[in-house]
Formats: sequence, structure tokens, C-alpha cells
Amino acid sequence: MKNKTTIFAVLTLALLSWGLYQGLEVAPTESTMGDVQRIFYYHFGSAMTAFACFFANFIASLVYLARRDGKSDAVAAASAEVGVVFCTTVLIQGMLWAKPVWGIWWTWDARLTTTLVMWLIYISYLVLRRFSTSGQAPLMAAVLAVFGFVDVPLVYVSNRIFRTQHPQPVIGGGEGSGLDPSMWPPVLWNWLAFTCFALLLIALRYQLERARQRLDEQTVEGAAAR
Amino acid sequence: MKFLYAAYILTWVVHIGYLLSLGQRVKRLREEFEEKK
Repeated sequence: MKNKTTIFAVLTLALLSWGLYQGLEVAPTESTMGDVQRIFYYHFGSAMTAFACFFANFIASLVYLARRDGKSDAVAAASAEVGVVFCTTVLIQGMLWAKPVWGIWWTWDARLTTTLVMWLIYISYLVLRRFSTSGQAPLMAAVLAVFGFVDVPLVYVSNRIFRTQHPQPVIGGGEGSGLDPSMWPPVLWNWLAFTCFALLLIALRYQLERARQRLDEQTVEGAAAR
Repeated sequence: MKFLYAAYILTWVVHIGYLLSLGQRVKRLREEFEEKK
């Protein structure tokens, strides 16, 4: 198991390096924005990865509500935490792109606002897990995750159903949207690299959560034996 | 170019910070297991 994780970590590192090279060197310079457009290669990959993590959290929470087992709770905790990390980078990258292109760090358009709300929902999910002293914390967290997930598809479709300052969708955005074909390889490589990196982080965080659950069980058993 | 580099660098600051926090939590958990023994 440890060997497989190490091999996967090395592969992920290679993919991340390749993605970085693709984004900074191989991708063509965009004609109107210039080099700052290259932020997009990290931004898109990170955003899609964050969506995938929150979807995993949603599924794991549903499974937990049905089965009440430690494994699904650990998957839910791990995927939410990694999703928040990726969502944080999405917000940072977006602001650093917006300042030189729009002249402002932030605007309250539908895409940006729903993304910020999504980030806050999952921050509150993690705070609930961390600070709740009730034994019902995993159950409450699972319920919050199921309802909180409503915002995730809303973020995805926000620039399709509302007029936003945020650029039009890259995938399925209709006429006038999309990417130059030469920009797709850096997009896809970085997306793949961040997906592998997220899987690695979720695996590590999952093991940590399972160990924490075992420790808590031992503590309860020890107290019952006394 | 400074915004581009800032975005790439800050992305990795966040990810490496998270990895370090995971390492700290693993260390703390190991200590708790040791205490239990």
C-alpha cells in the first residue's frame, strides 16, 4: 500500500511539473490579455478539482446517512477539506487574474459570489466537524453537506444562466465561447495533474481520519472498561 | 508577469501549507497513540 502511494505520488509530481511547463512555456500567449491569461491553466484545473471533491463529499455524506459507517464519514471529511484547499486557490488565482484584466480584485457577479458562498459553506462544514463536541457531529456534518451541495451546480451554471463579468464557459458555452485548440493540452494536463494531486491528498487525509476514529474508539472502550 | 507568478506561487504556498498541516496532524496523532500505550 505504501509503495503504491509512493509510486502514485511520484507520478503526480511528474504530472504537476509537466502541467507547469505546459502552462508557462508550451501554451501560446493570448493576444489581448498576454501572459496573465496563463493563470487560467491553474484556475480551471483547480476549479474542476474542487467541484469533484465536493461531489465526492456529497456522495460520501449520502452513504454515511444510509449506513452510518466510519469509512464514508472519513471520505466525506477528507474530500471536503481537500475541496476547500482547491477552492481557496481558485479564489486567489481569480483575484490575481481579475486585477490586471478588469482593474479590480473582486466584483459581486453571480459566478464569483456563488463560488465565495460555496467556499463559506464548506468552511462551515469543517468548522462544525472540528469544534462540535456532540457525538452527532458526523451526522450533522453529513446533513449540512447534502444541503450545502446545492450551491455547487449553481456555481457551475451561474455564468450560463446569468449575465456575468466572469468569462463565458470553456465547455458547452455556446457560440463565441470556448478555447483555441492549441490551449487545450495545457488545460487538460493541468486538470489531470490537479485531479491526481487531490486524490493523493484525499488518500492521506482519509488515512489520518481513520486513525483518529480508531483512537477515539480506543478512548471510549478504555473509559467503558474502567 | 508579476500577477502570473504570484498566482502560481500562492497556489503552491496553499498546497504546501496544507501538506505541512497534514504532517503536523499525523505527528500529533502518533504522540496520542504513544500516550495511550
